[in-house]
Amino acid sequence: MKYLKTLMASALAVVVSAPVALADWQPRKPVEFIIMAGTGGGADQIARLLQGLIEQKGLSSRPFIPINKPGGSGAEALRYMQDKAGDDHTVMMTLNSFYTTPIIQEDLGVDVTQFTPIGLMAMDTFLLWVHTDRDDITDLDSYVDAVKGAGLDWKVGGTGSGQEDSVLTAMMEAAFDYEVTYIPFPGGGTVAKNLIGKQIDSTVNNPSEQLAFYEAGDSKPLVQFTGERMAAFPDVPTAKELGVNIEYYMQRSVNGPPGMSAEAVEFYTNLFQTLFDSAEWQEFCVSDGLTCDGMLNGADLANFHASQVEAHKKLIAQVGAGAITGE
Amino acid sequence: MLDIATLLGAGLLQAFEPLNLMMIFIGCLAGLFIGAMPGLGSVNGVAILLPVTFLVPPTAAIIFLAALYYGAMYGGAVSSITLGIPGASTAVATVFDGRPMAQQGKADQALTAAAVASFIGGTISVILFTLFAPPLAVFALKFGPQEEFALMVLAFATFIGLGGDDIPKTIFSILLGLVMAAVGFDIISGQPRLIFFDFVELQRGIGFLVLAIGIYGIGEMLWTLENSRGKVRIHAVSTTWKSFKKNLSHIREYLPTTALGSALGFFVGTLPAAGATPASLMSYGLAKTFAKDPDSFGKGNVSGVAAPEAANNAASTGSMLPMITLGIPGSPTTAILLGGMIIWGLRPGPLLFTDRPDFVWGLIGSMYVANFVTVALNLALIPLFVRVLAMPFTILTPIIFILCFVGVFATTDRMFDVWLMLILGLGGYLMRKLNYPVAPAVLAIVLGPLAEQSLRQSLISSRGDVMTFFERPISLTCMLLALALMIYPIWLGIRRRRAGAARGPE
Repeated sequence: MKYLKTLMASALAVVVSAPVALADWQPRKPVEFIIMAGTGGGADQIARLLQGLIEQKGLSSRPFIPINKPGGSGAEALRYMQDKAGDDHTVMMTLNSFYTTPIIQEDLGVDVTQFTPIGLMAMDTFLLWVHTDRDDITDLDSYVDAVKGAGLDWKVGGTGSGQEDSVLTAMMEAAFDYEVTYIPFPGGGTVAKNLIGKQIDSTVNNPSEQLAFYEAGDSKPLVQFTGERMAAFPDVPTAKELGVNIEYYMQRSVNGPPGMSAEAVEFYTNLFQTLFDSAEWQEFCVSDGLTCDGMLNGADLANFHASQVEAHKKLIAQVGAGAITGE
Repeated sequence: MLDIATLLGAGLLQAFEPLNLMMIFIGCLAGLFIGAMPGLGSVNGVAILLPVTFLVPPTAAIIFLAALYYGAMYGGAVSSITLGIPGASTAVATVFDGRPMAQQGKADQALTAAAVASFIGGTISVILFTLFAPPLAVFALKFGPQEEFALMVLAFATFIGLGGDDIPKTIFSILLGLVMAAVGFDIISGQPRLIFFDFVELQRGIGFLVLAIGIYGIGEMLWTLENSRGKVRIHAVSTTWKSFKKNLSHIREYLPTTALGSALGFFVGTLPAAGATPASLMSYGLAKTFAKDPDSFGKGNVSGVAAPEAANNAASTGSMLPMITLGIPGSPTTAILLGGMIIWGLRPGPLLFTDRPDFVWGLIGSMYVANFVTVALNLALIPLFVRVLAMPFTILTPIIFILCFVGVFATTDRMFDVWLMLILGLGGYLMRKLNYPVAPAVLAIVLGPLAEQSLRQSLISSRGDVMTFFERPISLTCMLLALALMIYPIWLGIRRRRAGAARGPE
């Protein structure tokens, strides 16, 4: 009898609390949370953190299931989203390959300005990393000397031709007038592992991808490609301080496929706004060197995407698509 | 050494705390059923049950998810053996011999072997994990693209060198699998390729489970239907205490392959990006190559069930290693576990062992306990599982077909893949009819993408110099082993022919 009472009480509690928690539109089945990059990378870590927070805070009646689609520098994920047009149960964690991949791969048939913008969670940063054992490299100048000395034997690891790190690598090649061998890996985590294992010589990984190894003393940052020094790396100079005009960021936004219904957009926008405002997310931003000044959404984010697409078209024209794809 | 003993003791004590023990039990049981459902593997299971873990402390949470992961590895074998459909990608190799055994009325023996081998695999690898975790993490770092490729060549070699099969047909089957693996986006340049008939859906590639369920679910069913010509055969399976003891006594037959599979599985599992599926396939290939009677593999050899099962459980423990020590998941399931750890406020990486020994050692302790719990649960449930086979064939066949459809649709959510599964199933049936081995094609579609990526990374980094694979010690060793494995069956064949010739016509 006592059990029955408890059971009824808890059933009642569910009934009472349910309408409060539910917005007008709720997912009716598990939501696919697509990540356009491999496991262990920055986008992956963020998506998995967000997924966990969604579950922890009970923000969705159905689970979010993270799925990595790293193929072809995000082409696989973009194509997948395009084919999911009109679907209300798929959202994607994006990075800058959201802009660059469709520009470089013209026959992909994806126009990202048609995608449904949901929320810009953060702007991520880039640093130049080498293994701590490289005693001969202490700053940018000695780095450039080492690269020039090694020539094409210098191996830079990245997450794929056309990915943001390959754009940044091409920008550095142009600025310092050297050429390196660029080796693509399926994700920032694998790149980090290969740097620590000395399979590659340097990388421009995001802080979150390298942090664990930085703290363990296995890799060191030389330069940050930001406007000002980040709080997390107060002793690392910016490229601009050293007279090199490279400033480059990575957007971390969540987007839906083209033609998502307005009710679903509202649901997801509110959900990611709640996540953005959470203490956990803001703490992650500080510790991982992300800039999280306020979440862009709706038309603002659409405009942001449009301007970024234009900026990347210019950038790619400048350094040449060949420099990025390594052809 | 003493340090490890103390830490492990503390970890075991932690695992025996009532809450943690309960978590292990529930996790193993849930995993067993999730793994047994075709299309629902440990990845979905862990993702769906992740929220449950926010109710308990991090150590209990990871223990729960890890237990679920092992449980699913055990469970995958259940549908592979009883229904002939791989419950998860990690259990595909278990179908090769598990299904024929069930057809011969030895399902209980196969299930017992799977459970025992899983237990041995899991236990051996957790011992290796306990003793060598930090040094192995360092060793994993030495694995660059060259080493990865050499390892893949070694895996292929184990399949080419399958004594009994027709070698040209095996190679043809591997090549067919490689072509299918290449469909989709080019991994390096990102351009779509091999999009047959311009089906946009093919850009996503041919899913491994679509192929495996097609070939083993549909193809095998067609084959069985044709052979039995509607004659119903009921597989009488007794599940008495006596038969159970008899089944356990078979352990000596498969102990060597189990031990080999366990070590191999653990090692392959520790390498980021490989995981349990390649490990189980390689283990099967090795078991067959070194068996005294390679011809009996694929026809119901108990070692063919034990080898992949030992390896996939060992690999699931092994893939925890790069996750904990490097923060890089060794399998899709550990990728989700990694996400959980970030939420619980733990940053996986080189410092986790020193910063949070309670967490790491609690997890390791739970692995020991989880292995005992799962093997006990599994053995206890065998009578229930074999009941499936007592169903009349006319009812079982439609159920299997439905499970194939549901399993594929549940994993990819696309009707296109269901049609693809049917076509591949028909193809598998034809291959079977023409006496082509299908297992090498399955191996190729799993390892193809891994091999291609590491090959191209290596060649980019050496600027096209193939010698790069022979200049590095680990990759050289793998390459030489691979070469030996390829030559071994040919040499064996020649020797047999000579022996035959020497004996002369009788």
